[in-house]
Amino acid sequence: MGSSVENAIEITGVTKTFSGMTQPALDNITANIHKGIITGIVGPDAAGKTTLIRLMTSLLLPTSGEITVLGLNTLKDSDAIHDITGYMPQKFGLYEDLTVIENLNLYGDLQGLKGHEKEEAFEQMLSFTSLKPFTDRLAGKLSGGMKQKLGLACALLSRPKILLLDEPTVGVDPISRRELWKMMKVLLGQGMSIVWSTSYLDEASQCHEVLLLNEGKLLFNGPPSELTKIVDGRVFLLDVPEKGRRTALSNLLNTKGITDGVLQGNKIRIVCKPDFSIQSQEYPWTPAVPRFEDAFVDTLGGGPGGTSLLANSIPKKGKTHIAPIQTEHLTKMFGDFTAASDISFTIRRGEIFGLLGPNGAGKSTTFKMLCGLLQPTKGKALVSGHDLKTATSQARSQIGYMAQKFSLYSDLGVKENLDFFSGVYGLRGNFRKKRIDLMIEIFALESYLSSNSGLLPLGYKQRLALACAVMHDPDVLFLDEPTSGVDPITRREFWTHINGMAEKGITIMVTTHFMEEAEYCDRIALIYQSKNIATGTPDDLKESVKSKDLPNPTLEDAFITLIERSDMHNNEAHV
Amino acid sequence: MSGFSTQRFFAYLKKESIQIIRDPSTTLIAFVLPLILMFIFGYGVSLDADHLPIGLLIEDTSPSARSLEAAFTGTPYFEVTTSYNRTKLEDDLSAGLLRGVVVIPQDFSQNLLRGTQASLQVLVDGSEPNPANFVLNYAQGVLKNWTDQLLIEKKNIFTLPIDVQARVWFNPELKSREVLVPGSLAIILSLIGILLTALVIAREWERGTMEAIMSTPIRISEILLGKLIPYFFLGLGSMVLCLSVAIFLYDVPFRGSFLILFMTTSIYLIAALSQGLLISTLARSQFVASQVAIIVGFLPAIMLSGFIFEISSMPWPIQAITYLFVPRYFVDILKTTFLTGTVWEIIIPNLMALIVIGAIFLGLSLRRIAKVLD
Repeated sequence: MGSSVENAIEITGVTKTFSGMTQPALDNITANIHKGIITGIVGPDAAGKTTLIRLMTSLLLPTSGEITVLGLNTLKDSDAIHDITGYMPQKFGLYEDLTVIENLNLYGDLQGLKGHEKEEAFEQMLSFTSLKPFTDRLAGKLSGGMKQKLGLACALLSRPKILLLDEPTVGVDPISRRELWKMMKVLLGQGMSIVWSTSYLDEASQCHEVLLLNEGKLLFNGPPSELTKIVDGRVFLLDVPEKGRRTALSNLLNTKGITDGVLQGNKIRIVCKPDFSIQSQEYPWTPAVPRFEDAFVDTLGGGPGGTSLLANSIPKKGKTHIAPIQTEHLTKMFGDFTAASDISFTIRRGEIFGLLGPNGAGKSTTFKMLCGLLQPTKGKALVSGHDLKTATSQARSQIGYMAQKFSLYSDLGVKENLDFFSGVYGLRGNFRKKRIDLMIEIFALESYLSSNSGLLPLGYKQRLALACAVMHDPDVLFLDEPTSGVDPITRREFWTHINGMAEKGITIMVTTHFMEEAEYCDRIALIYQSKNIATGTPDDLKESVKSKDLPNPTLEDAFITLIERSDMHNNEAHV
Repeated sequence: MSGFSTQRFFAYLKKESIQIIRDPSTTLIAFVLPLILMFIFGYGVSLDADHLPIGLLIEDTSPSARSLEAAFTGTPYFEVTTSYNRTKLEDDLSAGLLRGVVVIPQDFSQNLLRGTQASLQVLVDGSEPNPANFVLNYAQGVLKNWTDQLLIEKKNIFTLPIDVQARVWFNPELKSREVLVPGSLAIILSLIGILLTALVIAREWERGTMEAIMSTPIRISEILLGKLIPYFFLGLGSMVLCLSVAIFLYDVPFRGSFLILFMTTSIYLIAALSQGLLISTLARSQFVASQVAIIVGFLPAIMLSGFIFEISSMPWPIQAITYLFVPRYFVDILKTTFLTGTVWEIIIPNLMALIVIGAIFLGLSLRRIAKVLD
């Protein structure tokens, strides 16, 4: 054994079925994970990523098939596997009521580090993660990015041969995400093998190799470039007039021969079938470098069409001069902590407006003040001209709200959820019945009517949550991280509805940390350290950070640069 | 379980101890809650009834009847409404204003003097069996005292119509506090052992720390011991606190041996901790864990331990069930050790039962816990 091991991890015919589930969480997976590279386990929520990683750590055992880690079988040698692997679970596995150094001490001892060897490892890890100034801080009081680093440090203390990270970038802002990738490069240089699971498809292309999972099945295994190769020459950017870009997208998606399309600032990115002739396009086009997501959607047979039945069922909103959402110097203090400070913007009818920012920046606070869930300390928030301080109920009847993680009653059935929310929004009698039937038809919920909504597939949960939020035909729709963790097909379907509704004059406000999602917005406000540091169209923001080093910035580049500039500005102000 | 490492074990033990000290909810359950319970059982709950409202219907106005009336009004157990009107008293009884009515009939003193059977009538409200029994018993007691007095004063030779020979041992004043306070120790230890352990382990599952810990080289035995030992000492600490309160504040007598108390407590704690451990292997959310812990730990300690409700007066299926739960054995030992002293005939069988059931729970939880997540 041992010497002949070429692969870091070998997965052979692994199936994992949990009791009570009809479908296996993982279905006959066979793959090899090579030494000395970063392997991404990529896929939407509930694809089986976490299950696969837990199987590798031998914290779960396969129902059939087997996994070997550097030649050690997870069924028999779990202790030996734990000696040579470092594992960071979701939520980082830290004791929040222990300090940074106490956490390190615990994991150091558990991994059997002794005396000066331990001191040395601590020293190294603290400087590697730049956590040195915070050793006496409770882990619970660290920011998301710092927790992630501490979790990583704990997993790395014993210098494992294989590092397993389960969704290390969830809840972590783009800046910390970049730092994590830098640290991974350093570790690779030391010969470590890294397995990294993520639902962010843009992270996949940074991995050397990926295992692409969807609904428990392995769709692809190999270098990401090999997957993106299949759409080579089939991805284009179309220049469309700014005004009609959403209608244009809808039409393009309904065009035969176009399998996928998304908004990207003022352009539309499309993926065509091999036999599609781009020359026939009315819009000016340029070829684009294929991305992992393009290939993923293409592998799954393309995205949904461009027509939203939901939007079609909505009458076009009449014109008014009142801004649907307006904030004036909106400020929220919690004690002496300022969560949102002096935030002003006006959103036009039919506009999709995004709030973007790192965790804890104040975007949720701002968002909650706008839908009347929090009272502002200072300033005003107006929805359709109603002040949320005085006319809460009038304002609220105009609002549809879809909370993070789809605020459904998971113990209630689909029909019961629809009944409940229609009642809450004051729909009555025949009209109520008609609206519910319409929602069932539009979102194809018929076959799930009696199922517990907690047990629905994620995509259907999202449909149901959207149905519940729009049933009363609101003027303004609030979406809090609406597509976190859902697969790209479901996300496209969702945005087709949102785009359609915006075209009908519904105003949409969305918080997100997904850059792709932010691209759908007409305008974005970037919230950082409780302040609105930049407002503009996605293209404006990209334009504002264009430089010699960054001739063609992405929205993520813009995000990071703007935040760094704000930090620099603050430092100067303090000096 | 091979390769036990003291380094890992102490690291885990230390972490657990720091968490106990830092977490206010642990102190709350281990020290504040027991004090509140002791306070409630010591002052608030009393199973002794006094000042029971009764009516005294006087149909006989002779001096001896008067003297009997005085005997009834003089006792602290009764709050007496004297009347000559039978209907009024009977109405009050049906209305629930009175717990009972004592009737001194017309021929009472005549019969008494003649030496024939003199009888009192006692009417009680049977819809509330407990107070009804109290009224009956107390009325008998009053009568007994009164006739005794009569005998001494008059030195009469007539034989007494009633001869009640009730005597109460060990708790001569029948103070329920003296039974309740030792019994509440069993509840408190169940809380710490079962509820707290189940909660803290469920919390590790919820926060994902258990997963991280399990992926290190740590062995199951190290986790178990590292978890159990701090809570064992926490339980003992809480016991000492409660014991001091019981003895010094409530003056509950302690007639047994502290060594035996310590031994039994330790064994009971181990049984309770293993039960908590077993629950936490089945329920991985704090919500479910606390529900289960209360149903299988806390409620049996109150209802099936003989602490408040007398086991011998339960229907037999329920009596049979009480044998399955540890609290009844512990309460038996506690009561004996506090009120009687060291009675091996009671201690040994109960202790054996504790050991057997404790070992079963410990064995079950060890079997259930493996270093895997499903």
